[in-house]
Amino acid sequence: MASRRYEPRGFPRPALDSGQWLLAAFAGLLIIWAVAQTVVSGVHNVHAALAFGALIALGELLRLNLPGDREAAPIATAGAMAYALLLKIGDAPARPEAAQVVAVTAIAMMIGALPHLAVGRPARVTAMSARLLAVACVAAAFRPLANAGLIGGRWWSELPVMLGLVVAAWLLESVVAALIRTDQLRTRFVVALGDELRVQFAIAAAAGASALLIAFAAEVMGLAAVAVFAAPLLVTQVALRRYAGIRATYLQTVRALARVTEIGGYVETGHSARVSRLSVAIGRELGMPEAALLQLEYAALMHDIGQLSLRDPVPGGATVLVARDEQRRIAEYGAEVIQQARVLDPVADIVRRQSDPCRPADRSPPPPLSSRIIRAANAYDDLVGSLADPVRSAEAVERLRLDTASEYDPRVVDALSRLVLPPAG
Amino acid sequence: MHKLSRIAWLYIGAVIVAAVIVLAAGPYAGLDWGQVAVLGLLLIACESSATLLNGRGLAWSANTMASLAAVVLCGPAGAAVVSCGTLLGVRRGPTLPQRLFNSGMYVLSAYLAGRTYLAFGGHVGAPGPSSFPGLIGPFAAAAVVHVAVNFMLLHAVFWLTRDPGAAVGRDGLDFKLWLTDLGYGAFGVLIAALWSVLGPFTPVLVLIPVLVARWAVAQFAAQQRAYEATVGALCQAVETKDFYTRGHSERVSRGAVMIATEIGMRPERVGAIRYAGMLHDVGKLGVPTSVLQKRSSLTDDEYAAVQLHPMRGLDIVREIGFLDEALAGIMHHHERIDGRGYPMGLAGDEIPEFARVLAVADAFDAMTSDRSYRGARPVPEAVTELRKWAGKQFDPAFVDAFVTAIERDGWTAPEPAPAEDPLRAIESL
Repeated sequence: MASRRYEPRGFPRPALDSGQWLLAAFAGLLIIWAVAQTVVSGVHNVHAALAFGALIALGELLRLNLPGDREAAPIATAGAMAYALLLKIGDAPARPEAAQVVAVTAIAMMIGALPHLAVGRPARVTAMSARLLAVACVAAAFRPLANAGLIGGRWWSELPVMLGLVVAAWLLESVVAALIRTDQLRTRFVVALGDELRVQFAIAAAAGASALLIAFAAEVMGLAAVAVFAAPLLVTQVALRRYAGIRATYLQTVRALARVTEIGGYVETGHSARVSRLSVAIGRELGMPEAALLQLEYAALMHDIGQLSLRDPVPGGATVLVARDEQRRIAEYGAEVIQQARVLDPVADIVRRQSDPCRPADRSPPPPLSSRIIRAANAYDDLVGSLADPVRSAEAVERLRLDTASEYDPRVVDALSRLVLPPAG
Repeated sequence: MHKLSRIAWLYIGAVIVAAVIVLAAGPYAGLDWGQVAVLGLLLIACESSATLLNGRGLAWSANTMASLAAVVLCGPAGAAVVSCGTLLGVRRGPTLPQRLFNSGMYVLSAYLAGRTYLAFGGHVGAPGPSSFPGLIGPFAAAAVVHVAVNFMLLHAVFWLTRDPGAAVGRDGLDFKLWLTDLGYGAFGVLIAALWSVLGPFTPVLVLIPVLVARWAVAQFAAQQRAYEATVGALCQAVETKDFYTRGHSERVSRGAVMIATEIGMRPERVGAIRYAGMLHDVGKLGVPTSVLQKRSSLTDDEYAAVQLHPMRGLDIVREIGFLDEALAGIMHHHERIDGRGYPMGLAGDEIPEFARVLAVADAFDAMTSDRSYRGARPVPEAVTELRKWAGKQFDPAFVDAFVTAIERDGWTAPEPAPAEDPLRAIESL
């Protein structure tokens, strides 16, 4: 495959790496301990265990894929947290041991994952382990206190403890997810954690609030509360699923329509896809957050759309070889096209300034980082083309480096050379 | 906004006066004002997050949830007071008369729902574990009355203030909307039930999942709009290659949707055919500009290049994960019913339905707009031409559907093309 050299070293990883193994092994040991403990001491309140188990299994079955290759199961999370925080069912006190909470959650999660496995969708052991771990922490902190009768009475004494635990569990899950992403994608931990918190915030808030509602409502309405309070989560989930679907279609469409320049003979085949892949890799290397990376990807895919205004294609499509004014005109026209969509103004701005030098001669403000990245990636691809060849890559990087005084951003060129050249020595 | 008739003003005034009378009558003895204030805040929060449904200011909000909780917790008079919160909703849009009418409407619905709740034997106050199955009946009756009164009052005002010249539409006053309303209303009983355990913190906790659900739905809608706008912009960019066809994709898309709606296609398929219409000509990019803008007849080689464009279009859009039907439509939109079209020479029912629809809309727009080799024809002449070729080039059923739709809704033909070629201005390389 010609594009192999654009993939950062060590990605994609074929199997679980050490961090993920550790997490999965820890979760496995936890399950064994919890099940053994529950079997020895006997199941407390089988009805409640079955009701919450059913909700968790359903939630796991309806798990959701979020943008950025993430997974969430808000209904399962809400059910498990509610079970961990349960105080009373009707008038009778509910006192499941922490081990029982973990065992019920784990078994229900596995049952919920079975249909997915049956149709050939692999289970994400890491994501499931992280979710189980968060529930286990809440149960371990809350159950001993509640079962000893130390928490209870009125809502103002119970609620702050529960709220604190739910928030702590969310933070823990996010930290684990961010650590895994840092490892996988060569992002920085702080950036990954920020992305994780932002993406999961709304869903986590809804799941956490629903968990508290279920736990409290069980006091008044019994186990019926379990089903009723999952309803808004279901609505959320349906909407988010459709959202993720249309977002994927969106990216596919822009990718496909960006290729019109190739079919029209304006640029070399695969150019926009290669430039966008390389740009995103550079952006990640430089610690850009996910939202900015998505805009960078759109802008890189569409960076040559302005060439459609030319009656005859540039020879070989290599914009690096044409004069500055003409480059600028193409960029300006491309930006106008994108601006017509009215929702992609930041992307239009990136495209507009893609041909500006990194240090403008007239001391005007430098172009945004994304524009500088696309400029370097585009120049590199124009020079190297689709042929994988280490000598040519090295020459191209050298040529870009010679121009770092004014044209190309030295940080961007450094990141690019780290990505495309074999490590020195 | 156009001027309202005197009857409309009288009606709006009557609703507001009735609400004021209800509020003045009370009785307010034994009312927990703290509870009323908390529920009022909940209602304001619901009202502030209303979603606009149509251009005439119809908006939907989850107010029912708060008013029905108030019915159970505070009784009819208290619920009426809580519903006044509608007036204070923080959102742009409603004018003062609209706000007053909305508040009056919610006050009346809540009051009547409260009366119904009592009439069916409901007990006012925070319910405990023992009141459960018994409370459901009266509450359901109250919820139905609330939604029904709301529906009638709102329908009447939209009927009285309708634009006399406007097309007959449903204005988004959809049956589904009232079912949604009942669903959110059911949350009222949950708020009431939780009050005995969670007290005034209940609304906060209930509101979070509800608001997140609404946020998720809004996210989806926004993404959908963004998607459509982007596809539209990119299609326009493609059209700049052949300035005679500017706006062509947009109009073909519109025409295809008219036909699809006329023959009663399912909404998902109508959506798919809209995208198919917008994208049907992307393959033209593979055809040299000089051929597309040629004023004389084409050579065999040039004609072959033109004939290839549906396949090239398919090449571009194949990777977009949308309905296969749309892809088939793009690929076969130049087939003819008599089998003499391209690229495959399919005939009759072998041609996918989407392609037959697109063919009619495509040909019609081509006839009614300027081309490099001839000027635009008027709409009636193009209709005659469509009818003439029905059964040979076009599917007669779709021609009929299109003509019916055009006769009813009209057709906006493009502006005549300017004399000077605008491409020359940017052509410098």
